Amino acid sequence: MAQKEKDALSGVETTGHEWDGLRELNNPLPKWWLYIFYVCIAWSLVYYVFYPAWPLGKSYTKGLLGYSQREELVQKVAEGKKAQEKYLTAIAATSVEDIQKNKDLLAFAMAGGRSYFNENCAACHGAGGQGAKGFPTLADDVWLWGGTTADIYKTIQHGIRADDGDTRGTVGIGMTAFGKDGILNREQIAQVAEYVLSLNKRSTDAAAAEKGKTVYDENCAACHGDSAQGSVAVGMDVGAPPLVTANWLYGGDKATLVETITNGRAGVMPAWSKRLDDATVKSLAVYVHNLGGGK
Amino acid sequence: MTSATLTPGAALGSQRVSENVRYYEDAVRLFVIASVFWGVVGFLAGVFIALQLAFPALNLGLEWTSFGRLRPVHTSAVIFAFGGNVLFATSLYSVQRTSRQFLFGGEGLAKFVFWNYNIFIVLAALSYVLGYTQGKEYAEPEWILDLYLTVIWVLYAIQFVGTVMTRKESHIYVANWFFMAFILTVAILHIGNNVNVPVSLTGMKSYPFVSGVQSAMVQWWYGHNAVGFFLTAGFLGIMYYFVPKRAERPVYSYRLSIVHFWTLIFLYIWAGPHHLHYTALPDWAQTLGMTFSVMLWMPSWGGMINGIMTLSGAWDKLRTDPVLRFLVTSVAFYGMSTFEGPLMSVKPVNALSHYTDWTIGHVHSGALGWVAFISFGAIYYLVPVLWKRSQLYSLRLVSYHFWTATIGIVLYITAMWVSGIMQGLMWRAYDNLGFLQYSFVETVAAMHPFYVIRALGGVLFLAGALIMVYNLWRTAKGDVRIEKPYASAPHKAAVGAA
Repeated sequence: MAQKEKDALSGVETTGHEWDGLRELNNPLPKWWLYIFYVCIAWSLVYYVFYPAWPLGKSYTKGLLGYSQREELVQKVAEGKKAQEKYLTAIAATSVEDIQKNKDLLAFAMAGGRSYFNENCAACHGAGGQGAKGFPTLADDVWLWGGTTADIYKTIQHGIRADDGDTRGTVGIGMTAFGKDGILNREQIAQVAEYVLSLNKRSTDAAAAEKGKTVYDENCAACHGDSAQGSVAVGMDVGAPPLVTANWLYGGDKATLVETITNGRAGVMPAWSKRLDDATVKSLAVYVHNLGGGK
Repeated sequence: MTSATLTPGAALGSQRVSENVRYYEDAVRLFVIASVFWGVVGFLAGVFIALQLAFPALNLGLEWTSFGRLRPVHTSAVIFAFGGNVLFATSLYSVQRTSRQFLFGGEGLAKFVFWNYNIFIVLAALSYVLGYTQGKEYAEPEWILDLYLTVIWVLYAIQFVGTVMTRKESHIYVANWFFMAFILTVAILHIGNNVNVPVSLTGMKSYPFVSGVQSAMVQWWYGHNAVGFFLTAGFLGIMYYFVPKRAERPVYSYRLSIVHFWTLIFLYIWAGPHHLHYTALPDWAQTLGMTFSVMLWMPSWGGMINGIMTLSGAWDKLRTDPVLRFLVTSVAFYGMSTFEGPLMSVKPVNALSHYTDWTIGHVHSGALGWVAFISFGAIYYLVPVLWKRSQLYSLRLVSYHFWTATIGIVLYITAMWVSGIMQGLMWRAYDNLGFLQYSFVETVAAMHPFYVIRALGGVLFLAGALIMVYNLWRTAKGDVRIEKPYASAPHKAAVGAA
């Protein structure tokens, strides 16, 4: 059965075997194929001469170039650090206010701040600091804990209601849950919400708003201020937002106001000095200050 | 030694040895049905998770429908359920014919393997959705399912190798070398990568016997060779039977088939470390992984040359036979992705491509272009034969499937190339003061349009598969669509002119 046959179309001999009608031609290996294969093998052999390649028990052939991936990484990181060292040292030794006054340092802190901000802060505060519900906008001029560069620096360093001795506010304590804790009844809450609406000229029930003012004065003014200008304006470090602007941390519609007054609020932010070095935190403070609303 | 002259097509379908023999085909039919079913399930799962990446709300906020759990459902459904059933169907079909022998162990063993393998698939998919996983890519099933699969696989190996060993042909046909390399190596890989210690004999959880970078190396020795032996060697077995069969031409070069077979299986097994470039894996192991991948380039292309050159003298058939078009295009995609693979294994290229969508694009040019296309070609060949029909319901529909799926693949892989290279460049971009130019979330936002294009490519690929389901259904029923036949005149004219 193993008879050699010739394929009529190509004129090439077959191997003489046949399986279920299938035959094989006896074509040689394509030359280009074989030579490229040889070149790939030769390239590999040459590579072994220059680079780490073959295991030798507990060691390995190091190669003529003495290449080490880990050393290359260490070296590149060191180069990168060295290039930034001048600025980083200067920033660490300079107060945030003075960084703002030095053109070179400011440019460096802004470039670094943008990069650090996007990796660390943007997840909550949004790219560009546009904010989200419960996470303050950093690009406007409303500040819960102060908007000077020094204020921002302190806030980032020690966080808000965070596990840090110098943190802003007190851990676990925020705005009182006036409804849940039984301090105000539903009617009083509705009235004071109406009053807060009236501060932006959005009240639809003047009588309720009038009654709400009394509730406000007795319960809210201590933190939010007599004219609802916010705790910062009255020199308190409790993070109570102003209620006279159009900027709302959790929402300024009546339903949300009622929810906030009923259940209270206590936003938190980590103390970043535990995760980032001082030059980084300073750069972030400068960057955030320059997002648009710095005082 | 006598010499005879072959005329094109004369040798084909002669059924010289099989005229009075009825091979076991019931189990093969079951495997074909399962292939088509799992193909659609797997493609659908792929489209859904592609849409999840573009529109995260589709995670539905439920743990069972989150991307992390559905992704292994997709990969297992396409590789092991679709690809696996195709391999069972084609190997058990062709080994009988090329060995002129019934299946060793009989039809009952084949059916036993069929039911148990497919029950395994269902159990594995359920376990992923419920949150059980070894956390190893393409080896997610926990230890108890691994043991179950081992038993099934050994039975399959006994059946296939037994058939080859009791063959009535003097030589072993090349397709069977590849099938045997696939079966044997997959067994070794599966066992080697699943040496796990169960936390308890009554629980699903287990931990790998080796830890750290050794565990990673074992995993990628397995993972890379799942590609090399399951998706390459196995499907080359399909190629070596169905391409010459459908083209009605002899295999181009016997010598090339020998040389590329042995070089392929020798080199492939060492290439796994290229999945761990720039990790804790020692430099020397990375070097070996890279160089063995580069040396693997030509052995891989040997299969492409043998597949495509088998068409020499029969190229005109591509005009009239869309089934052959699937088979040949698959070999072209095989050539493309086996060029891209060694390229991506070169360390400086890998430094850019690793962890990006480029890898996903590369995998899919192989999975959709090579594995799925050659499977479609083989299934279109098999269904009329297995259901004893004279022809497919419609060759035109095969052509529509071909073009829909091809456009889908092109959209998929080009979107992933652009997205992946962009992603890699954005990750490494620094400004002039040495700060990262982009945050991670900015790279994600930049990839969104490409995720949408990729999902669209997947939808087209799925649509093509649904056309196939309809066509095969009507074929099995015995219907023939009234349509303009493909003219076969150019073939005869060309032969006459020569």
